[in-house]
Amino acid sequence: MVKGRTGQRVRLYVRGTILGYKRSKSNQYETTSLVQIEGVNTKEDVAWYAGKRLAYIYKAKTKSSETRYRCIWGKVTRPHGNSGVVRAKFKSNLPPESMGCKVRVFMYPSSI
Amino acid sequence: MAPTSKLSLGIKKASRSHAYHRRGLWAIKAKHGGAFPKAEKPAAVADAKFYPADDVKPRKPSTRKPKPTKLRSSITPGTVLILLAGRFMGKRVVFLKQLKSGLLLVTGPFKINGVPIRRVNQTYVIATSTKVDTSCVNVEKFDDSYFARDKKKKAKKTEGELFETEKEATKDLPVFKKDDQKAVDAELIKAIEAVPDLKSYLGARFSLRDGDKPHEMVF
Repeated sequence: MVKGRTGQRVRLYVRGTILGYKRSKSNQYETTSLVQIEGVNTKEDVAWYAGKRLAYIYKAKTKSSETRYRCIWGKVTRPHGNSGVVRAKFKSNLPPESMGCKVRVFMYPSSI
Repeated sequence: MAPTSKLSLGIKKASRSHAYHRRGLWAIKAKHGGAFPKAEKPAAVADAKFYPADDVKPRKPSTRKPKPTKLRSSITPGTVLILLAGRFMGKRVVFLKQLKSGLLLVTGPFKINGVPIRRVNQTYVIATSTKVDTSCVNVEKFDDSYFARDKKKKAKKTEGELFETEKEATKDLPVFKKDDQKAVDAELIKAIEAVPDLKSYLGARFSLRDGDKPHEMVF
């Protein structure tokens, strides 16, 4: 994806799925999205990911800065419930098309 | 001086002469040769030529000094770090020292994985428990100014030259930097080759695989 990156491709992010917006039965709050991170199944596991940066990457028809790929950056803010789902806030709210799409959970800012 | 006791509003208990004696002004007068000392009037302030329209307090410059960045306890000279972002993401590098700006000074070594002497931020790094012996490496000369960008000198252009494309600034590394790299790496590589498999470990890049859970991994 990155221009000119030949050779080994390394994955330094954890895959995640965007589940939707923070919501109650009939009201949704689009400023916060819910993300399911692969392999994270409990509230205690989420503690490691708090503050980690997220990127929602999508393709557009037109090229901007030489590439058709675009990105919305965000952060993991807190756990959502008991089963490892996570709340995330993005620089601009995620579009509704993103529901069900992949998100990259990076391992930085790191504290290990 | 004790407060004068009042008999009633406006009527003091002590008489005028009694109060005078009690206050001791006579002693002060005697000390100064008969007259009560008068304080010197401060010199009259000249009228300001300019009166600002609003009463605005002048801003005081901030006296706050930022604290030096705390180095994580897991990072000590010789620790192998995994770079998480940037051109060399996934590479395992050797930590040399923390610079005054808080950034970490690292090197590949260059011959092993292509990472030169570089600065890296602590938050974009995972510290592993693997350590390399860096006692024989001298990193005194490296500081933040070593990595400062060269300031472009703007030569005045004549009319004809304005339309010519700017001469490409040479992007080659200055020779002294290449020599510094070799000097630092020479000792390091000897220390690395002494440990079995460490050289290929540093040459390999870190990557997450299917089923990997970073929150459960011990680095």
